[in-house]
Amino acid sequence: MSTLGGDGLVGSTADAVARRSYGKLVAFLAARTRDVAAAEDALSEAFAAALADWPRNGCPANPEGWLLTVARRKFIDVARGRKRGEIVAEEIRAMAEGFEAAAANDAGIPDQRLALMFACAHPAIDEGIRAPLMLQTVMGLDAAMIASAFLISPATMGQRLVRAKSKIRQAGIPFRIPEQEELPERLETVLDAIYAAFAEGWSDAAGTDVARRDLAEEAIFLGRVVVELLPDEPEAMGLLALMLHAEARRRARRDVLGEYVPLDEQDTGVWDARMIEEAEGLLLRASGLGSIGRYQLEGAIQSAHVCRRRTGRANWVEVVQLYDALLAISGSPVVAINRALAIAESEGAWAGLEAMERVAGDGRLAEYQPYWAARAELLARSGALDEAQRAYEMAIGLERDEAVRRWLQERVARLGNVS
Amino acid sequence: MEYLLVLYAEEAGWMNMTKEQQQQGMAAYMAYTEALKKAGVLRGSNRLAPVAAATTVRVTNGKSQVLNGPFLESKEQLGGYYLIDVADLDAALAWAARCPGAGHGIVEVRPTWAAAVAKA
Repeated sequence: MSTLGGDGLVGSTADAVARRSYGKLVAFLAARTRDVAAAEDALSEAFAAALADWPRNGCPANPEGWLLTVARRKFIDVARGRKRGEIVAEEIRAMAEGFEAAAANDAGIPDQRLALMFACAHPAIDEGIRAPLMLQTVMGLDAAMIASAFLISPATMGQRLVRAKSKIRQAGIPFRIPEQEELPERLETVLDAIYAAFAEGWSDAAGTDVARRDLAEEAIFLGRVVVELLPDEPEAMGLLALMLHAEARRRARRDVLGEYVPLDEQDTGVWDARMIEEAEGLLLRASGLGSIGRYQLEGAIQSAHVCRRRTGRANWVEVVQLYDALLAISGSPVVAINRALAIAESEGAWAGLEAMERVAGDGRLAEYQPYWAARAELLARSGALDEAQRAYEMAIGLERDEAVRRWLQERVARLGNVS
Repeated sequence: MEYLLVLYAEEAGWMNMTKEQQQQGMAAYMAYTEALKKAGVLRGSNRLAPVAAATTVRVTNGKSQVLNGPFLESKEQLGGYYLIDVADLDAALAWAARCPGAGHGIVEVRPTWAAAVAKA
């Protein structure tokens, strides 16, 4: 949290507590009343009080408990304002006692962040706002920063976040981990929202846009929370592995001059070995749990790419098989494109183009840059240079990253040299 | 929290059923109502007469205007409701999904004003 700059040790303690505890405190305060906005307001006052108090009196032994004690006073005032009647007074007293007991407990307050995530990604919440909502309530990111990362105006993002929080409170969306029978379906919406946040962060390859680069890290943090709190869910591990594999290659995606470097030309020495190792471990653990899914397959595809680049052994047939399985689950045209690229590697450009033809009519692809880039690449390789040039031009027109644009322009120039 | 399950369906669908099919449909609703009662969550329910019986009233500038027919002319019409009192939205959604109306129409799940505002 940027508001917690502070000086020296106190500042860094406050920052560390903020990162580790923010979502826990929001979740704990809001779980009973479902009033996320009130919990956030109460917490921001508590953090402000900490910044005033801690430099003078030193960091408390139990900073989380300290923050909860301050936040609960403000929070209960709000709850009192909203509620009426005697039964309600009793309810508030019980709530206050619960907060006090938790604040005094050195073992820390119960971790209900996962329940909060399930509320944020509830099917009753608009799909597009689930990831921003999670980033704000669990990670404490402010609306302006989230808005900038998602390319939405801050005012609009702010409104949509407020509306989503009212929906949680007014519709009575519960803070709980769903029962076993509905867990897979509901977990998917949580994982999808985390991945949406990651994808936004990942799209800024150069890492020049701080808001977006941080988003990838925040998403990995969320992914870790899910794996930690739901340790037997293979898809949660699959997602975390997928994100780690991608993140491990972040620095290799640009050369020293800031130019785009495609996967097959990246310097594998720049890849983050620790992240790759962790991702591989997660995939292995997940595969032992006997239930395959989208994120495990995508993680496995990343793993196969890493393996090929490191060993120099082509494994495209294996990659195509993974895409076959992924396509069967998702039916996504995006998957179909990547599958076509893998087919082109193992069977030739024409085979790849043929596989791509099957989704070419999908309207969703008309403005999807990777489709045009992939198509252009395969057309160029198969010698259909005019068509390739047209496809490259579409891809260039749709690309928002400058380095990738330059790289594509170079490809077009090379077409000219061949013909 | 109190939720109103608002049932919308095509009236023609019911009219076009055979006598046996209608009886079967009635039995399904009765069983559902009974289940809500047994669970102790039912606060009220009713089935409405077809929209042909509906009349709308609006008062503008002190003048009342009475029109024949429902407020909204749409394929699916409001046909009935259940008022239930359950813990949260998930519980309400679970009951809505069991409602026979969800199978042949649409069930809208709305918290009551008091539930949404006062009980937070």
